[in-house]
Amino acid sequence: MQTLNFRHTASRRLPGKKDKAIIGVVASGNLEVLLERVLPEAACEVVIATPIRGYDETWKAVVADFVERCSPGGLRISINDGGARPDTVYLRLVQGSSLMETK
Amino acid sequence: MMEDVATSSTASWFQATARQRVAGLLDPNSFVEFLEPSERVQSPHLQLFDLPAAFDDGVVIGCGKLHGKDVFVAAQEGQFMGGTFAEVSGAKLVGLVRAARDHKNLPQTVLLLMDSGGVRLQEGNAGELAVAELMRAIVQARCAGVAVIALVGGRAGAFGGAGLTTATCSRIAVSEQGRIAVSGPEVIETNKGVEEFDASDKALVWSTDGGKTRRLLGGADAFAEDSMEAFRTVAKTLMAKVPVLDLTTMRAEHERLAARQERLGACDDAVSMWRVLGIEAPETIRDMNSKDFTALANSMKESNHDAR
Repeated sequence: MQTLNFRHTASRRLPGKKDKAIIGVVASGNLEVLLERVLPEAACEVVIATPIRGYDETWKAVVADFVERCSPGGLRISINDGGARPDTVYLRLVQGSSLMETK
Repeated sequence: MMEDVATSSTASWFQATARQRVAGLLDPNSFVEFLEPSERVQSPHLQLFDLPAAFDDGVVIGCGKLHGKDVFVAAQEGQFMGGTFAEVSGAKLVGLVRAARDHKNLPQTVLLLMDSGGVRLQEGNAGELAVAELMRAIVQARCAGVAVIALVGGRAGAFGGAGLTTATCSRIAVSEQGRIAVSGPEVIETNKGVEEFDASDKALVWSTDGGKTRRLLGGADAFAEDSMEAFRTVAKTLMAKVPVLDLTTMRAEHERLAARQERLGACDDAVSMWRVLGIEAPETIRDMNSKDFTALANSMKESNHDAR
């Protein structure tokens, strides 16, 4: 298993009151994303556990894109990956962040 | 947790994840999860095999309401490692059933949303033990008056330990897509040869293990269409009245199974069994819609028997 850890400073706190959410399933080509509102306002941390090695740069780019678009300030995001493609990862991150925005 | 099309009343049970099934089955916003993902009660073993863990180890447990009645619910995630029984996922199921067994003030109905190929091979011994403990807990809970209802309609079906667990329940509901058996089609083909059972022949697989044949043989007590609403309705009906589990029921069950072996033992496929059961045009069963099929199954003696 490879563990990756990315820290970002988001431009704002993610709106909404939900304190945690989970989306996706650990399955072939899929992943689960657990989002927890446990960090200070603008901080965002993404922790990834993946059995597929060597895609550090791809993960880094997808996470950076997501933070840029959704500004998930305050969230710690934990991922269990089942070998998902970058577009699936991005989709789940956006779905997860919109779940956190519900009241 | 999610309010979207995947949990609406017409959404497919077969396509849904374990969490979506729980959300679609129970009354809106009534579900309270035990050992939720953020507690990270996950498999300590998978890392050894360089395999990813899941935050809930593939089983969602908790309590909620179904048509206003308090229930315990457990759902296996068939997409995560085949919904398998392992140390953590098994302990979650066993703990839930034991809680209902031991505490009369807790919900006395347990809904098991089965979706599993059986024991997780990477945690084989723990998984086998979990199945044995779960079956024992279900029998003890039933003797204590708890209704344990199995709902089968997921992609993985209910095979191996999940098939055995299902058979131990007070009542079983199955959809056409749902399958209940012990050895899976590929296991039979591998051990006995393709002449015995061709696992690539989907029509054969479903006519042998699938929901319709299970219902007609009395291996399931109710047939559900593949939707959240259908499973909600069927679960409500089944949990309203369950048979008593006692020696008389067990004896009746043994007699019935012996008679079934005698009556159907010579049949070599599902259609010939349906014919022996007295169905006039057994070849039409496969394409029959849910409404007609439910009416047919409900009219048959073999399908409706407390001794399963």
